[in-house]
Amino acid sequence: MTPFLHMRGISKRFGGTQALRSVDLSAECGEVHAIVGENGAGKSTLSRILTGAVQSDAGEIRIGGERQAITNPMRGQQLGIRMVAQHANLVPNLSVTENVLLGDMPTTGNLGWWIDWSAAHRKVQQILEGIGFQGIDVRRRVGRLGAAQRQVVEIAKAVAVKPRILIMDEPSAVLAQEDLTKLFALIRRLRDENVLVFYISHRLDELYEIADCVTVLKDGALVGTVNPRQTPRDELIRLMVGRPLQDIFPRRVPKCGRELLSLHGLGRAGSFRDISFNVAEGEIVGLYGLVGSGRTEVARCVFGADRSGSGEIRVEARAFRPRSPRDALRAGIAMLTEDRIGDGLVLALSIRDNMSLASFSAMSPRGVLDRRLQSALVHEKVRELDVRPPDIERLVRKLSGGNQQKVVLAKWLLTRARILLLDEPTRGVDIAAKKEIYVTIADLAAQGVGILLISSELPEILGMCDRTLVMREGRLVGEFTRQEATEEKILACAAGGAEARHAA
Amino acid sequence: MRPEGVAARFGRWWFAGGEPRLSALDLALIASFLALLLGGAWFAEAFFTERNMSNLMRQVVANGLISLGMLLVILTGGIDLSVGSVVALGGVLFAGITDQLGIGPAVVVAIAAGAAAGLVNGTIVARFKLQSFIVTLATMGIVRGVVYLYTEVPISPSHSGFRDLGATLVGVVPLSMIIMLGCYALVWFYLNRTPAGRATVAIGGNEETVRLAGVDVQRTVMVAYMLSGALSALSGAILVSRLGIAQPSLGIAYELDAIAACVIGGAALGGGAGSVGGTLFGVLTLGVINNLLNLVGVKSFYQDIVKGTVIILAVLLVATKREKK
Repeated sequence: MTPFLHMRGISKRFGGTQALRSVDLSAECGEVHAIVGENGAGKSTLSRILTGAVQSDAGEIRIGGERQAITNPMRGQQLGIRMVAQHANLVPNLSVTENVLLGDMPTTGNLGWWIDWSAAHRKVQQILEGIGFQGIDVRRRVGRLGAAQRQVVEIAKAVAVKPRILIMDEPSAVLAQEDLTKLFALIRRLRDENVLVFYISHRLDELYEIADCVTVLKDGALVGTVNPRQTPRDELIRLMVGRPLQDIFPRRVPKCGRELLSLHGLGRAGSFRDISFNVAEGEIVGLYGLVGSGRTEVARCVFGADRSGSGEIRVEARAFRPRSPRDALRAGIAMLTEDRIGDGLVLALSIRDNMSLASFSAMSPRGVLDRRLQSALVHEKVRELDVRPPDIERLVRKLSGGNQQKVVLAKWLLTRARILLLDEPTRGVDIAAKKEIYVTIADLAAQGVGILLISSELPEILGMCDRTLVMREGRLVGEFTRQEATEEKILACAAGGAEARHAA
Repeated sequence: MRPEGVAARFGRWWFAGGEPRLSALDLALIASFLALLLGGAWFAEAFFTERNMSNLMRQVVANGLISLGMLLVILTGGIDLSVGSVVALGGVLFAGITDQLGIGPAVVVAIAAGAAAGLVNGTIVARFKLQSFIVTLATMGIVRGVVYLYTEVPISPSHSGFRDLGATLVGVVPLSMIIMLGCYALVWFYLNRTPAGRATVAIGGNEETVRLAGVDVQRTVMVAYMLSGALSALSGAILVSRLGIAQPSLGIAYELDAIAACVIGGAALGGGAGSVGGTLFGVLTLGVINNLLNLVGVKSFYQDIVKGTVIILAVLLVATKREKK
């Protein structure tokens, strides 16, 4: 029998990154099909290809046996494909009603020129009641709603048109337990109405509650589709993470010196509070937490990219209040951010410029750039990190993800920082580049640099860190030594919020 | 290491970064510029005369200096619409104080006034994160008002050296052209060989990356606007010296030609692309088109139509090039 939806050989490349590699996926009407995988595994790209938001480089999509070219989002909508995006795609200055009915407002008058507002509001009210979420004022502007209510509006908007295929990307991220129960009831009802629901989530508990089958993506490739009833949790985690080869992590003998960085009750309204820890010379401290736990925000405050509200930062026992990254760099702190395209690189410039960006002054002894000195320093890092191709005039836009990441890392290494904050240093990077980056991090620690390693990848945390801190909902909730740390313990500690919420 | 041959060294320089210095598209643009010159020589006998060449060079200087400043601002991701008014400011001020102060000090004062106007633009844009389009649209009006406050009638100073700046020839090359090329060399050096210059180029590509790299983005952007003001004022001084009279209405709509020259030269509005060499090419192309149409005796509104068409063609070419990537 031909499956209702069949995606075959779907590949997609973004610049230097292969986001999807020949993915084959089939799914049936009336099923809740979960898609899981680590960050950067390709979940979002796959769903965006299905909706027509982006086009695949290769492969075909068949719906009901018929080949379809979904060349734009409008085509996807005509085919009955809708997506509830992770960050609601709403127009903030329009009302809930207008957002839900956008482009399809009921009209009145002989010519149908006037919007029939009361009919419109009534209709949206009904839709919201129909999906079990009344209690949102349909006249209110969306910009004034909270994140959870916006998510509900987004769901209402998708469901209003009675889709055949509904994709939900992390819908539970902002919903409280009560709303989550309603959402699951809605999903079950849609399934019974023969809708195909794709459910993308990190939270395994939810998959076991709602999904009929689970497709696992890893590094852009499909690992397999399994039945959750026959797949125990640790098996699923194994599929998602894939045991890395032990030897990609360099062996090192930790030797910690004096304290370099310490935080005392650091807090920032809306992000995190009461964070205290320290990092010593030559130490690699891991900071683990689910997305939204506040780990990145802590590092950004230390780096001066954001301001902290309360508490104190000390660098080598001296109080330190950075007002900008400039202050932090002067104090010997560098931070590799998690989004290399967004704020790590200038894509239109060369390897030379990108690597020099944070140390131009050091390369200009008399105010004028010393090109020889610059070339020497940049070439040295290109060799150390094995950046390919080793052509320093090459635009970074043309490099692969792994090499781009090496360029960002080199930029911070050239500042000769004594404290390095690394936020997801190997995200979206191939295994060979990962290994180079791990070796570099280990070398730096051996030279006495203090390192804070933020990561969502547990093997990375376990393989690299002398000590691991765990954050949940803006607070430090656990600390493990290298000997104590296991994947289970850390995950349980980080996800504790979900369990607590279920108990409530 | 074996000593490299000149050809090998040139090849490495030409292909540094894995791409030729000039793409096929660039070469096509240069070829069409040369075709324009040849066509000019064919249709207008007066075109390749010594007199006309000197004239042509004198004519492009005004837009050349403004465009150079505009490039700096465009590279940071902004735009400077106030340049035309600053040209008038520099012009009337220079003409107004030459008789008391002499040529040199008068030029310096004019440039300083332009730089001050630029500093106001830059401060508002960089510090308060406002759109440069709106801010400079407003200062365009303000500065024009200040110019009329200073003088409502044209000024023509009696100082004997007043016309030197715009009219002197060194051989066939006007002094003003030499000044302009000097400015181009300085700005090229600033953009390619100084920390602040590289930061200027990087800011248009990704401002947040530059901020996180510890660069003082505000100051860098302010300097770009300041230089734009200074170069526009210098342009105004040279212009009134060439014309022999300073009208308070000078420089209206000059921002259009400057933006056009940058865009023809490959600059991207919004930042991230643009070069000094490309801008010079854009300035010369526009200058030759103007000059030829004048020689052939085409009415000025036809010139506007032709220029507009050329700009759209240039932008289209650049856009198709980017699409292919």
